[in-house]
Amino acid sequence: MTAGPLVAVVDYGAGNLVSIEQALTAAGARVRLATAGDGMDGADLLVVPGVGAAAPAMERLRGAGLVTPIRAWIEADRPFLGICLGLQLLFEGSDEDGALTLGVLPGRTVRLDGAPTLPHIGWNQVERRRSHPAFDGIADGADLYFVHSYAGLPAGGLDDAAVVATTDHGPRFVSAVARGRLLGVQFHPERSGRDGLRLLANVVRLAAAERDRRSAA
Amino acid sequence: MLRRRVIPCLDVADGRVVKGTRFVDLTDEGDPPELAERYAREGADELVFLDISAAPEGRGTLLDVVERTARRAFIPLTVGGGVRTVDDMRDVLRAGADKVSLNTQAVAEPDLVARCAARFGSQAVVVAIDARRVTDAGGGRFPSGYEVVVKGGREPAGLDAVAWSRQAVELGAGELLVTSIDRDGTQSGFDTALLRAITAGVGVPVIASGGAAGPDDFVRAVRDGGADAVLAASIFHRRRVSIADVKAVMAAAGLPVRPIGRPA
Repeated sequence: MTAGPLVAVVDYGAGNLVSIEQALTAAGARVRLATAGDGMDGADLLVVPGVGAAAPAMERLRGAGLVTPIRAWIEADRPFLGICLGLQLLFEGSDEDGALTLGVLPGRTVRLDGAPTLPHIGWNQVERRRSHPAFDGIADGADLYFVHSYAGLPAGGLDDAAVVATTDHGPRFVSAVARGRLLGVQFHPERSGRDGLRLLANVVRLAAAERDRRSAA
Repeated sequence: MLRRRVIPCLDVADGRVVKGTRFVDLTDEGDPPELAERYAREGADELVFLDISAAPEGRGTLLDVVERTARRAFIPLTVGGGVRTVDDMRDVLRAGADKVSLNTQAVAEPDLVARCAARFGSQAVVVAIDARRVTDAGGGRFPSGYEVVVKGGREPAGLDAVAWSRQAVELGAGELLVTSIDRDGTQSGFDTALLRAITAGVGVPVIASGGAAGPDDFVRAVRDGGADAVLAASIFHRRRVSIADVKAVMAAAGLPVRPIGRPA
């Protein structure tokens, strides 16, 4: 039997990694925490988790020498999952503190202005704009767990080709984006019960398929 | 639409879930990870752990319990009790908590709220406010009619509860956990006047706590008190009501709740 794909989870001191590590392990992956660029060597999937503000996160990523390897990974269209702040950092900059972020997706991270409560904390419906294999087996409109005040807004707005799903909290915001083998989700799959675990299992399965395709090529 | 949350609370002392009438006559209610897993399966939207260990050596045990719980229940976990510094908060988050609740230490040192929010983001900082009704408004010191109490409800803090709630949010709290000390453990219903006074003045989510007896109380905390989430302990531990019962009554009252799915 083939071993599960190796997942590198970027560890830059941004909170709870226990849940993501456990959830990926439950999905059949082997997990390695990457505190520097070489932690990504040999990985089949790169996960950037994280909560909190953009500027200190970018500072820690830069200090650990992780910015260039993460950019290179995404430019090469390797399997990638960004969660919460890990999604927001993909855009060009954040209105939260003016930070310049990774800039691999056109657009910005903006505040959820007009929301009835902020932070947006709790379970809310993720409504799909288009199908994506990471959501296989998850009902359209499934409740997933959010905890954030800002969200990434692609350059083309809610109709941008990268948008996979949106969610309503007063104004509607982007709750999932994808481009090639990159996926970013604003909710926390590792804290979203059975549907969240299913999404992670799908992402792990896609990474395993890509590993097998590359090794056959 | 954002769902209203139902949150079982686990009071943890020296690695076990306990319950008494606020810190006295504690009875053993079980193993925290086991109860957490049960509640996640039964449809809990989130969990709160409050560490009430009397002894400092309980702290290491707590981090171990948090980690074992985070590995078994894939729903959010807030941990409170005894967090005094930014480093304490870091340790609790690294052990697997998603949010940390500050109470006595936030009152003693309000700047701690700001420093924790700057380091980990407001969304990870919950300020817990224990409030007690005062009859004479304290000679004008407590215009809302509620005073903050600390140290598990034993010591008056000399602060107006509503004024403190607004200050805590200005400092960076991303959520408030509001407990009526008068109602806590009494099963006489939530203090909806207290909840309304606080929710009317802040934009962050408020978790109602203290006094749940049955599902109708959850409805009143949301509808009359304006709470985003409702917390209870003993009625769930003792299986007096189930999370499904509570959500069914909330849904029938027109409140948005997360449906309880098939067991995993």
